[in-house]
This record gives sequence, C-alpha cells and structure tokens, in this order.
Amino acid sequence: MTAVRLRLTALSAMLALIAVTTGNALAQKKYDTGASDTEIRIGNIMPYSGPASGYGVIGQTEAAYFNKINAEGGINGRKIKFISYDDGYNPSKTVEQARKLVESDDVLLIFNSLGTVTNLAIQKYMNGKGVPQLFVASGASKWDQPKEFPWTMGWQPSYRSEARIYAKYIMKEKPDAKVGVLYQNDDFGKDYLRGLREGFGEKAPMIVAEESYETSEPSMEGHIARLKAAGVDVFISITMPKFAAQAIKKIAELNWKPLQIVSNVSASVGGVMKPAGLENVQGILSAAYAKDGADHQWDNDPGMKRFLAFLQQYYPEADRRDGAVVYGYGAAQTMVKVLEMCGDDLTRANIMKQAASLKEFVPDTLLPGVSINTSPSDFAPIEQLQMMRFKGDKWELFGSVMSSDLNH
Amino acid sequence: MSAAEEVVTEAPAVEAVPKRAMTLGYGTSLVVLAALILTPLFVKNFVIFQMTMLLIYGLAVLALNILTGGSGQFSLGQSAFYAIGAYTTAILMEHFNVNYALTLPVAGVICFGAGFLFGQPALRLSGIYLALATFALALAMPQLLKLGFLEHWTGGVQGLVVTKPDAPFGLPLSQDMWLYYFTLAVSIGIYIASVNLLRSRSGRALMSIRDNEIAASAMGVNVALYKTLAFGVSAGITGIAGGLGAIAVQFVAPDGYTITLAISLFVGMVVGGVGWLPGSIVGSAFIIFVPNIAEGISKGLSGAVFGVLLFLVIYLVPHGARQVALVAQQLTAKLKRN
Amino acid sequence: MELFANQVLAGIATGAIYACMALAVVMIYQAIDHLNFAQGEMAMFSTFMSWQMMQWGVPYWWAFILTVILSFIGGILIERLLFKPLAKAPVLTNVAGFIALFAIVNSVAGLIWDFTIKQYPTPFGSSPFLGSQLISTHQAGMVGVTVLLLAGLYFFFQFTRIGLAMRAAASLPESARLVGINTSWMIALGWGMASAIGAIAGMLIAPVVFLEPNMMGGVLIYGFASAVLGGLSSPLGAVIGGFLVGVFENLAGTYIPGVGNELKLPIALALIITVLVVKPAGLFGRPIVKRV
Repeated sequence: MTAVRLRLTALSAMLALIAVTTGNALAQKKYDTGASDTEIRIGNIMPYSGPASGYGVIGQTEAAYFNKINAEGGINGRKIKFISYDDGYNPSKTVEQARKLVESDDVLLIFNSLGTVTNLAIQKYMNGKGVPQLFVASGASKWDQPKEFPWTMGWQPSYRSEARIYAKYIMKEKPDAKVGVLYQNDDFGKDYLRGLREGFGEKAPMIVAEESYETSEPSMEGHIARLKAAGVDVFISITMPKFAAQAIKKIAELNWKPLQIVSNVSASVGGVMKPAGLENVQGILSAAYAKDGADHQWDNDPGMKRFLAFLQQYYPEADRRDGAVVYGYGAAQTMVKVLEMCGDDLTRANIMKQAASLKEFVPDTLLPGVSINTSPSDFAPIEQLQMMRFKGDKWELFGSVMSSDLNH
Repeated sequence: MSAAEEVVTEAPAVEAVPKRAMTLGYGTSLVVLAALILTPLFVKNFVIFQMTMLLIYGLAVLALNILTGGSGQFSLGQSAFYAIGAYTTAILMEHFNVNYALTLPVAGVICFGAGFLFGQPALRLSGIYLALATFALALAMPQLLKLGFLEHWTGGVQGLVVTKPDAPFGLPLSQDMWLYYFTLAVSIGIYIASVNLLRSRSGRALMSIRDNEIAASAMGVNVALYKTLAFGVSAGITGIAGGLGAIAVQFVAPDGYTITLAISLFVGMVVGGVGWLPGSIVGSAFIIFVPNIAEGISKGLSGAVFGVLLFLVIYLVPHGARQVALVAQQLTAKLKRN
Repeated sequence: MELFANQVLAGIATGAIYACMALAVVMIYQAIDHLNFAQGEMAMFSTFMSWQMMQWGVPYWWAFILTVILSFIGGILIERLLFKPLAKAPVLTNVAGFIALFAIVNSVAGLIWDFTIKQYPTPFGSSPFLGSQLISTHQAGMVGVTVLLLAGLYFFFQFTRIGLAMRAAASLPESARLVGINTSWMIALGWGMASAIGAIAGMLIAPVVFLEPNMMGGVLIYGFASAVLGGLSSPLGAVIGGFLVGVFENLAGTYIPGVGNELKLPIALALIITVLVVKPAGLFGRPIVKRV
C-alpha cells in the first residue's frame, strides 16, 4: 500500500514537473503556422519567367542569402525554408501562388514579392488572412497604410517621394526650366509622374511635355524627337533600365544637351550607364539609397566587402553590377533582422510588431547615412535618398541625405 | 484505322473531326462529372481555388475550340475577350453593386457583340492573316484598358479589386467551395449548350465551312453569317469565363490579360486536341499545372522546361488529348472483345 | 513643318529596325508558309553569340560573318531536328512548336547571359548622319544593309537555280518534287537563310535597342505587322511596309491629339487590319487564288 502511494506521489510530482517545464516553454515559444523549433517557412513570388524575368535575380539572391544564414546555424537555431514561386508578372498567377504558399505550403509570411499590380492583387487576401505581406518589392506609396492594411509593408523609398526630391531640386537650381518627362505607361511611371506634379505644386506648368511609352515598344526614337521639339531643357527619364539607356544614347546621337535626371530604378552603373556609353552619361543626375555593386568607390567599404564575400561563397554566378543582387541582399538582411528580433515568439502578429519597430537598422548595402526606421504608424522602412551626379565612371553623391517622408 | 491516324497523312489547317467524335460517351461523362462534384469535399481550399481556375480556363479553351475546331478560324486574340468579360463583371460589381451572377450574362452579351463586330473584318482574312489580326487585338487590349479617360471605371493601371461572394441562403460552404460549384454549374451548362450547338443544323453548317468553305457556300450555307456568329459565340463564352475569372481571382488589371494569356489558351487548345470539346479541360490543366511543374524542375530554366514539355506533347501526341482518348477507347474495346 | 520632317525621319530610323526583321519574316514565310513566332528569339540568340565572340576578342566583321554562318547552320539543324518531324502535323501543332521554341531559346539565353542589358558595337559609328539631327550614321548604315540584303534576295530568288527551286518548292511542292527538286531540303535551306537574315537583323538592331534576352519581343511584333502590310510574298513589300509602319506610328503619336501617343500601337495595328481588309494579300503581295 505504502509502496503504491509512494509511487503515486512520485508520479504526480513528475507530472507537475512536466507541467511546469512545458508551461514555461509555452510561455517562451509561440508559433503560428509556418514556424517551429527547427524551421521558419518564408514564401516569395517572383517573375522568373516572362518579360520581367530580369528581376528574378532578386529571388535568387535572397535564396542564396538564406542559405548562408542556414549554413551559419540559422536564426536562433531555426533554419529558414525559403519557398519562391514564379508568377510571370501575371496578377492572376500571383493570386494562385500566394494561396498555394499560405494554404498549402503553410508559410509564416510572404516576403519581398515583386511588383505593384501583382502585390495589389493579393493585398486584400493577405490582410483578410492575417498573413504578413512583408517588404513588398515595389516603390508604390500605397504599402504604407498601417490602418487600412496592417499586414502589408513596403521596403524601398516610394517612387512618389523620389520624384518630389527631383522637383524640389529643379525648382531650386533651375527655376525657369522647361521640363520634359518620359514615363512608362504603368503604375511605376504614373506614380512618379504624380510625385513630380505634387513636388512642383503650383509650378506644375514647368512640365511642358509628357511622353508615355509602352514596354512593347522597340525604341525611343519618336519620343525623344518630340521632347526635343517641345523645347525641353530638363529631361526626366522615368524608365526601366533598357529604355533609360536607349533614351540616353538617342539624346547623345541628336547632339541634344538637356539636363538629364534618371530615376533610381535605372541608375545602375553596370546596367544602364556603361551600356549607354560613359561619354554620354556625364553630368546625369539621380538619387540613391543603396550602394552600387559596380562602383569601385565602395571597394574598401566594410559592408560591401561582406556583400562581395557573400556573393563569392554563396552566389558565385551572380553579376555584382546587377542592381537586383544588391537589392535582394539588403531586403533579405532586413528580413533576417526582423526574425532575430522576434526571438521565440514567431507569431504573425509579433512579426508585424517587430517589423514595425526597426530602429536605425543599416543593411550592408545602404548608403552611409541611410537607415531603416519603422513604427506602428510608419510602414515605410527606407525613406531617405541622396542626390548624385555621374562623373567619370561612377556616381558622386552630393548634398545631404534627404528624408522623403510623404507626410512632411 | 482511327480518325486520328487518317488525318496524319494530309495537313489541312484544321483537321476534320466528325461531330460524333467531339464529345465523350455518357458513361465517361458521368464519371468525370462525379469526380468534379466530389473532389472538392476532400481537398484544401487552395486546391478548390485551382480547380475553379481549371474550369474557368477550360471554358475559355472550349470557346476557342468552338471557333477553331468548329468553324476553322484561327484566333490568337482570345485574351482580349477574356479581358472585356472580366472588366465587365468587375465594373458592374464594384461600381454598380450588381449581383455577381447577373454580371455574367451581361459579360457574355457584351463579348458576343464585340466578337461579332470583330468577326466582320475578320471575314475577309484567313489563315495566317486572321491569326495576325487577332494577335493585334490581344496586343492592343491592355493598352485600351489603361486609357486615361476610362480610368474612372477601370482603375487604370492599378486595376480593380473585386469582392468574393459568400454562399447564398446561408449554405454552410466556404466562399471558395461555393464559387467552385457555381462555376461548375455554369461550365456544365455551357458545355451542354456547346455540344448541342455543334450537333445542330448550325453546327453542321459551321463544320462544312471548316472543311470546305466554297463547297459550303455552294450548298447554300450563309458563310459570312456563320463565321461571324462563330466569332460571337466564342467571344461570348470567353467573356463569361473572364467574368468568372475576375470573381475567382478577386482582381482585374491590364497586366493580367496580355498576349501571354492568349498564347496559353491557344496552347491549351492544341494540347487538348483541336475540335474535341472534352479536351478543353485537359488543355486547361496543361496551362495551369505545367508551368508549376517546370518551375519545380528549374527556376532559371522554367521557360525552357515548359518548352521541352510542350515539344514532347506535340511529338508524342500531335492530336493532343483526343489522341490519348482514342487510343484508350480502342484498348478498352479490344479488352471487351477478348 | 520642321516637326513633321523630323518625325518622318525618326519614323524612318525606327522603320529600318522593322524592315530588317520583316525581311527575315518574309524569308521564312516563303520557305514554310508559316510565321515563325520564335524567329525574334533565334535572332536574339545569334546576336548574343556574336557578342560573346567579340568578348573573346574576335574582331567585329569576323564575328559578324561567323555568326551568319553559324546561324545558317543552326537554322537548318533546328528544322531537321525539331520541325521536320512535324512537317505532316496540322498547322496549329506547328504554331505550338514555335511557341515552345520561343520559350526554350528565351530562357536559355537568360540563363547563359543574364538579363542585364549589354552594349553592342556598331561598325558605322553613331554620330549624326550628314549633319541631320535625327538619323545617326548607324541607322543610315542599317537602311543601307537592308537595301543590299533586299537586292541580294531578289537576285537569289530570280536568277539562281537554287533560288528558283526554293520558290517552286514553296508554291507547288507536288510539281516541284516531280521535276526533281528535293523539297524537304529546300525547306531546311529556307530555315537556314531566314535564321541568317535574322542574325543580321539582330546584329543591326542590337546597337539601338541594346542586347538582352527580351530585346526582340517588341521588334518581332512590328516585323510581323510590316511584313503583312507589305505582303508576305514580297521582300520589297516587307521593307517598304517596315518604313511605312515606322513613319505612320510616329506621325500618329505626334498629330493625333489626346490618345495618339498612348495608342500609337493599336492605331498602327488598326490601320494594318484595314489595309488587309481592302487588300488581303498586303500592299505588294500577289493575290492568292484558291482552288476548290
């Protein structure tokens, strides 16, 4: 009898002990679908095929970066499983892939999916499901709406705010300029155009000519001829890399010498400036938030050294001149930072909470002085840009780092 | 000798398909129908969504099949009608609060009109020229949708977000499941109507045009009328598919309806078997799932893998799923005889 | 008036691109009676090969000639390996084959050479031509090469045995076989020549549009449109069609108020369809007589 009772006491003590330990563990570790003691599942959607396939490099860089993190032991002991699907830049396909990621692959969140329209297509779904749509790879200003869309957050500076910086610069430096704009006829081009008009405010008539082009157009001949004929002396190029280079080259062939501004999207040294011909790009203006992988002024920069070491070991086939590689690296670092901040509380709510409390975080590839800051009312991680002028074979930064917060 | 083997010896633009060979037998139809009705009960919502898309693209491929397999006209512009249908539904639902089910007939009628009108100039074109004219239509459509003065209605480059409907009468179904059964009902209706259309007097007239236009007109078939009607019917069905697609995806934007969609639908028709209506669903499965498979095999080379798979299909079964079905039929017949 | 003249010149400059591509389109149509949707991609691939040779230090003209020869052989190989087995299959199957080829070539080029744009040299220089403000020496050179190619093709098809044999094989294969022409090889030859002309077009177009795997997407569409406008059976028509499309598109963009610029492609396409409705064989094409 005694023996039995003893045994029972021992048993209950043991049970109590187990209850206590697991109870503690539960208090420390919290998981939503997609996270566990060993793994964090991250989804991503990229245009690996189709006309926008050049951007697929971003997804590949991110995959390589997460491989590096896993090889170095993961995040708090958890390995990242990065599941990246192709949508061919077709919004219907994006919806299918997002649903597959969330409902079938059970990802914790979707990270850095590319494109404005494609992300718009899934925004309502993601917010309805309460799954983070984190660090959207698009410069549209609509990702910064924490009230309406608490599960969606952008990453790079918005196109609109960048355009405002150019408008301010022109009004200050060339108040009697006749501005001509060449823009891509889609959300990207229209967002910039809107920002320019806002920036010029009542001086908007300074824009004397607006030319839109379609990505299916083989060349920019006619557009450039029309802008020149309109007497433009400040040319703003809101274009994708290929068209930016075509426009620069055509302007040089015409012996036309307006002040040229190219959008940050097409400011890549290796991707635009060199192909367009270094003799043709001297004095062109732009603005940047990240370092250029092809620019030798960063060769001794500690951050860029880490970046290049990463490329060498984990993604040797990458082209360091490709802006998409630099972009993917920076975005992936931000993601890892947020996951580290989450600790053992890997719930979707905590992910958004941590993503909204980044303070002075600086990925290796950002310009000196630019940092990532967010708050529950500020879902725009990078908001700083610096103007730069092309000289020799590289960009020279000038002026101060400008905050482009739309609310200021 | 099977029908498939006979036509291999010659190379007409569109093979002649006897009207009896255009459909499935009753037994097979019932099995397929049962599978389509029962499967959603056992799978995840996401798979139900994919099955909905399967039916929707299946409808669009079917529409192309009526045009090409029925009347012998070529079209690489189906994405344009799909887009018109999708936008009609989206605009009616979001701007005018029209019930989603009522927007579909409107989309169908508008697209029928558009197709009928486009069929008029297309009458004078044949073969490669018609392919090019329709190709042009598909190219132009996204640009028309982006137009500034339509932006108030279309949302311009940003597109429109569409609200997904709940199941009516308090039925205990998820939105996805309800939409699936709704789409299934519409698809079955259209499929039966299409089969009957091709079996009717008009269907015979269409096929006579397909096989020999001059002979058909000599026999008193109003070639012009039937050809434009075929365009209209095909566009109308595509429009309904587009409307359903807008509801299922909950989003319309010009980027969703590029020439890539038109080419996909075309590939779907070839893979499913030109002129064989049940093949539409096989073709639809090909254009939905094969890119996913290709991507699974290689990210960087997904396009190449897709191309190789497509080549394999057209080498092994140049007549698409119809050929597979025929072989299967012969095998079962042989087995029965033994 | 100056604007008008400038726009016409800019149109001719763009038109030269279309004309080049249209020639290649007509060439393949002459040989196989189809439009090859993968033709632009094949031209892009050839251009990349020449670029790669130049990266390895081969001088421009050597790379040019080698690429034309390699493209010729490549075209024949593609026909023998991929499309000969489809010769008896329905047209639609062939079109699906072109789509598959398109996907493969585009994706492989992207993998080998990635998607960043590459500068491509021009042998003609790129200063303004004869002091003109709108045409560069390269574009003038392009027009020159297109005209030369056209003359060469005309001579080939009119006066050489093999050219005549090819025409015979394309228009009346049955009769051509009876007089001892190997029609199957004539088709392969057509593929080779189309591929070689495409390579020349690609190498001339690349300095303007920059070299990258998607460079031919837009060009091919305009090439088709030009060839159809001028008449698929007439190389001269295709070239004139190219210039017409270029000029018309530019003028529409300049002078049609409001939507002209946004809709210049649809407007140009609508014009082409209108022309086709009036003259179904194109401006310079031979009308096709159908037999019962």
